[in-house]
Amino acid sequence: MESNERLSAPLVLEYPFTRTTGPVIGAFMTGLRERIVLGIKRQDGSVLVPPTEYDPETSQPLTEMVEVGQTGEVVTWTWVQEPRDQSPWDSPHALAMIKLDGADTPLLHAVLVDDPTLLNTGDRVRIKWREETEGHIKDIEGFLPIGEEND
Amino acid sequence: MTEIHVPPLLDGVEPVQSVRTPIRMEYTFTPGVAAQTYLREFGNKKILGNVSPVDGAILVPPRGADPRHGVLCEEFVEMPHTGHVGSYCVTNVPIPGRELDLPYISAWIFLDGADVGFLNLVAECPPEECRIGMRVEAVWKPDEEIATTAENILYWKPSGGPDIPFEEAGVRSWHARKKGGSNA
Repeated sequence: MESNERLSAPLVLEYPFTRTTGPVIGAFMTGLRERIVLGIKRQDGSVLVPPTEYDPETSQPLTEMVEVGQTGEVVTWTWVQEPRDQSPWDSPHALAMIKLDGADTPLLHAVLVDDPTLLNTGDRVRIKWREETEGHIKDIEGFLPIGEEND
Repeated sequence: MTEIHVPPLLDGVEPVQSVRTPIRMEYTFTPGVAAQTYLREFGNKKILGNVSPVDGAILVPPRGADPRHGVLCEEFVEMPHTGHVGSYCVTNVPIPGRELDLPYISAWIFLDGADVGFLNLVAECPPEECRIGMRVEAVWKPDEEIATTAENILYWKPSGGPDIPFEEAGVRSWHARKKGGSNA
């Protein structure tokens, strides 16, 4: 053994969690499986997407879930040129905060464009659903710029 | 539970109640000075501890510091390969990713002369015979498989000999001697 060589080794930490969703996230996931997106209404009428069980400011329980649009606006975004092994996406993509029509808060997801020059803040995008949905955030494959996709 | 109102489209459909969220993190682990020293000697089938400069307490495995006092530990001492069970747990329920035959025993092993224990497996011992104070010895991998890895010791097995009295097993004697530092 070479005694001056600095020791170093790969270390993998892995947990196969299954989480119970609770009623609100559960309904959100159920909606995804049925290919709709649900938000939750606050007392002032604004809509949180993704929904939370409690109002983030007043801590009031929230109960009124409403469907929001499947199109929206890119609020801000960053470019991922080299997705890591664990990334849900294999090819370069944008990670964006997307405010769906009817929602007052943005949702984090990918915008599937080939090149960062093809995306701008304020661009309109729409959901691309996976062929098979199961009730998971991955039921949304990503978002596509409106007017540039053909599927 | 508060009733949640959903759009009619979801009436009567099977609700989602759980989601799979596996997480996986890949690190490159680069041990610091104390762990490097420990692992190199572990690769020679030696077990090192740190000696606290404050009160001479022996800490195994060595971390390079005495966390009670926040002081560096630079002195190493070689430990025997025998000790006792300070406390233990018998696992009867399988855990995903842990492919050990059930039931298995996890125990805090206190090496002879050490003031703290470390977690390891106890085997060659029926669970009903495992007990606090039971004396154990290391079972090493075959020599050709020994490397600078924490996996060199396969498990600990009962070594016979009289038990350590319950009052002195594990950290009990430590607390009795008030060596645990101030935790008021």
